[in-house]
Amino acid sequence: MADRPDADREAGANKPTLRLHVPEPKFRPGDTVDFSHIQVSEPGAQPRPDEACDAKETAPLCHDLIRVLADDNRAHGPWDPKLDPDTLRTMLGHFALVRAFDERMFRGQRQGKTSFYMKCTGEEATSVAAAMALASDDMVFPSYRQQGVLIARGYDLIEMINQIYSNKGDKLKGRQLPIMYSSREHSFFSISGNLATQTPQAVGWAMASAIRGDSRIAATWVGEGSTAEGDFHSACTFATVYNAPVILNVINNQWAISSFSGFAGAERTTFAARALGYGLAGLRVDGNDALAVYAAQRWAANRARANAGPTLIEYFTYRAEGHSTSDDPAGYRSAQEREEWPLGDPIMRLKNHLIALGEWDEERQEAMDREAAERVKAATKEAEKNGILGHGMHQPFRTMFEDVFEELPWHLKEQAEQATRERLIKFHGGRPQ
Amino acid sequence: MSAEVKENQAAHSGTERRLNMIEAINDALDIMLERDPDVIVMGEDVGYFGGVFRCTAGLQKKHGKTRVFDTPISECGIIGVAVGMGAYGLRPVPEIQFADYIYPGLDQLISEAARLRYRSATEYIAPMTVRSPFGGGIFGGQTHSQSPEALFTHVSGLKTVIPSTPYDAKGLLISCIEDNDPVIFFEPKRIYNGPFSGYYDKPAEPWKRHPQSVVPEGYYKIPLGKARTVTEGDAMTVLTYGTMVHVVEAVCREKGVEAEILDLRTLVPIDIEAIEASVERTGKCLIVHEATRTSGFGAELSALVTERCFYHLEAPVERVTGFDTPYPHSLEWAYFPGPVRIGEAIDKLLKD
Repeated sequence: MADRPDADREAGANKPTLRLHVPEPKFRPGDTVDFSHIQVSEPGAQPRPDEACDAKETAPLCHDLIRVLADDNRAHGPWDPKLDPDTLRTMLGHFALVRAFDERMFRGQRQGKTSFYMKCTGEEATSVAAAMALASDDMVFPSYRQQGVLIARGYDLIEMINQIYSNKGDKLKGRQLPIMYSSREHSFFSISGNLATQTPQAVGWAMASAIRGDSRIAATWVGEGSTAEGDFHSACTFATVYNAPVILNVINNQWAISSFSGFAGAERTTFAARALGYGLAGLRVDGNDALAVYAAQRWAANRARANAGPTLIEYFTYRAEGHSTSDDPAGYRSAQEREEWPLGDPIMRLKNHLIALGEWDEERQEAMDREAAERVKAATKEAEKNGILGHGMHQPFRTMFEDVFEELPWHLKEQAEQATRERLIKFHGGRPQ
Repeated sequence: MSAEVKENQAAHSGTERRLNMIEAINDALDIMLERDPDVIVMGEDVGYFGGVFRCTAGLQKKHGKTRVFDTPISECGIIGVAVGMGAYGLRPVPEIQFADYIYPGLDQLISEAARLRYRSATEYIAPMTVRSPFGGGIFGGQTHSQSPEALFTHVSGLKTVIPSTPYDAKGLLISCIEDNDPVIFFEPKRIYNGPFSGYYDKPAEPWKRHPQSVVPEGYYKIPLGKARTVTEGDAMTVLTYGTMVHVVEAVCREKGVEAEILDLRTLVPIDIEAIEASVERTGKCLIVHEATRTSGFGAELSALVTERCFYHLEAPVERVTGFDTPYPHSLEWAYFPGPVRIGEAIDKLLKD
């Protein structure tokens, strides 16, 4: 410790000595999990302010948890979006498809068909229900766990699998890590591997829409861990400064690989409460409650569309599986967490709601799950005709140099020629691909 | 007066109008805002006030607050929202107030803007022109003087453009704004108001006596990827850009050396044909830039010349650069690659 002059003076005298706080999650592998510290608000008890309200009126909702579906499997309170049974069944169908897709793609990675996959198990509602609350041409700037948005928007499963396999059918030409989709046709922005970069981009898109007097809004998704990035701060600042028609969705799934949400500041406040400092409207929502997710996203969309301002929504949920196929959560968290998660499973909860309404039953659910699995299986077989990763059926060789710039400059032409020459040498004068 | 200027003047009914570089840049922005409703000008202090160097003066008043506006002090945000605007279909022209401030925006430039076309296989592009004053010689200290161009030339998917005259600044900037790739447009701020001989202790020259200050009215473009021959000569080839074009020209004039000075104008893609043709003819090559030396763009130029023109070289390639130190405030002119450093290199090449 440094010798300090005037150590006895009031201003410099710390007693006891300073200590650095390094956050630690409540449970580690093998620990018994008790989630009683998690606030589980009464469904239906949260007020629903007017969509055009002053942002500060949402302050209480930033520390509450907006919930609609209760243990009685009924929808309660002002946030009930009152969706008709057909819409609820459609939502359930998207859920079934997402889960079936995740299962099969995860298995495909384990079978060596691709290098990488990321499931969204337990978080399906935060993408599917949110996407259904938006217009189909509202622009979404997703992170890497929003496959539910693409599925809700009807993106072709074969296209998704082609991308995951980086095969010759991959319209992204095998350039991106698996699951980093892009579909302009579905107003789905190209996913970056860098975290939170999409957040100011979504704000920029929304600003552009406002500049042009358009009616489309933008929505972005970011993990709670990535809110620590400067980009997220920039996004919030620009969103509030220009009153941009944008929704900033924070998926608080408790874990950023092995770092719990405390490393993004969750020990001190909620992620929704970030909104308050910026003057954004903020909502904190049960992310495993599909109706609450839908209602919150629609509230924010209506607000944005009415020029009433941007909204930051925290979806409180749980990452039930590993971060990716490269991750084994058994190394850093208790396996009991998933079982004990107090907000349940989003698919189960929606299913039980429909059953309680008399609009659904277990048999139909089983048939739906079976059909989803069959659909994914058929799409997988079809996509495999285009090849799987590393089996030669990749994109033509020359495509490596295309699209770096709109036109190929001389130095890339030279490098493309070299690459072609290397192929010729390697295959003993054979035809380069 | 260059052939290009003459040609353009003929094309623009001979209106001889002399502008400094700030006015030329302002003119280019004004024209593009007028021609293309997708063009958006934004940055710190660029709106009502018109920019700390006045490059955007009057533009907000003329084109409205949703076309020309101030931004928060957040380079990450400025570049980030520009990527989103590009994805929407706009053509943003963000200003970064000083090149030294661009670093918080690097991830958005390097990982996002530069890669978007490639990673989305052309579904999305990020057409943006990032304007930023760069270089020293104005007593800006270490945070208002840097020349970070090599950080950008190293990135695949970015173009880097640096004008050295008002005429070029306007024509190049219009080309950049119309380009569908992201472009870094560095404006040498030491020569905003006049060319610079390198003698800081001599009275400043205004642009109005320089032939390239004749800037025609209206729209014209100078193609990217094309160097400009500043002076023709046989003694050696000098590859340079920005402020150093004028310093080199003054030193050669003073020493009576007939060098072929190439103002590269675009660093990526570089005009390799012009470089090869000149070096093969002169057999000697001097590279001059203000940026720090190690891994500077001069290293790339030196490698290109050595790889491609080796058997025409009569002497090793010479590099004159800034020193590998931060840009010191009080010792600015000791840092600056001025007439003495350039003169010494020229003498060495002439002796070889």
